Amino acid sequence: MSSESNHSIEHHIQTYIRVFIALGILTVLTVAVSYLDVSFIEAFFIAITIATIKGSLVLGFFMHLISEKQAIIWILVTTFIAFLILMFLPLIWLTDATGSGY
Amino acid sequence: MSNIPYILEERPDTGLNNSKLGIWVFLASEVMLFGGLFSAYVFLRIAAPEGDFSYWGEKLNVPMATFNTLVLITSSVTMVMSWASLKMQQFDKYKMYLGITILCGLAFLVVKYFEYTGKFHHDIYPSSSTFMGIYFTLTGLHVLHIIGGLLVLGFFWSKQADKMWKENPDLLANRIEITGLYWHFVDLVWIFLFPILYLL
Repeated sequence: MSSESNHSIEHHIQTYIRVFIALGILTVLTVAVSYLDVSFIEAFFIAITIATIKGSLVLGFFMHLISEKQAIIWILVTTFIAFLILMFLPLIWLTDATGSGY
Repeated sequence: MSNIPYILEERPDTGLNNSKLGIWVFLASEVMLFGGLFSAYVFLRIAAPEGDFSYWGEKLNVPMATFNTLVLITSSVTMVMSWASLKMQQFDKYKMYLGITILCGLAFLVVKYFEYTGKFHHDIYPSSSTFMGIYFTLTGLHVLHIIGGLLVLGFFWSKQADKMWKENPDLLANRIEITGLYWHFVDLVWIFLFPILYLL
């Protein structure tokens, strides 16, 4: 990034401001929808979807993942797979132990 | 420090400098640390009596947590603006934005302090329920990360930063980029903690 011109950085700053506004709106939205009269499963998916969008904005723009090198993308893909195993492996055990899924 | 290779320049094999590669590997380990606790949350919630988590969750202060979410988002944008200021050779602006980031981090801690003490005044402790156990564990670990981040941000706001800016401005910009990645990650964790603890 050291070779980037001031003009390029100023363009980045405009993006940061837009992402900041989007994050603010999504925060208010996630609180607002939590008052909707929906089932827990529906509320869970709405909340996680909004959080995932917010997280993607932070990762993509503030953490510059959108223009990052392949090595970092592969570290994160590996981590994400390990994270999914961490989350779902015990669920499989639970389903086996009880003989029924949740 | 200049004797350590590939601090600023990219390694030919990875295409990255070691500082950036190092922080991403560290953040990957952090994902697994918080991931384990998120997994614990899911299991405790599944195993809890029906409505138990919602009952205890309603005792939390949503407006305070919403405010804290906005504070952390603000701190993330000022963090990245401080890095952008260094890239544009505007050291004064860098100090201003980093100062705001630090103030936001401190504001988060103050609000968290009032949240915790509010619970204690109502005799609610980690031992009060399974939900409160995992709530205090997750948010407590997150608070520790905020405190750790603030110590590093404080260092880069001190006279040391002025010295580094004069001697090696590229090194300072690199350090702020790396610190920023950590700070954004702490924000990212809160983005997921907020809905699962306060809103569900």
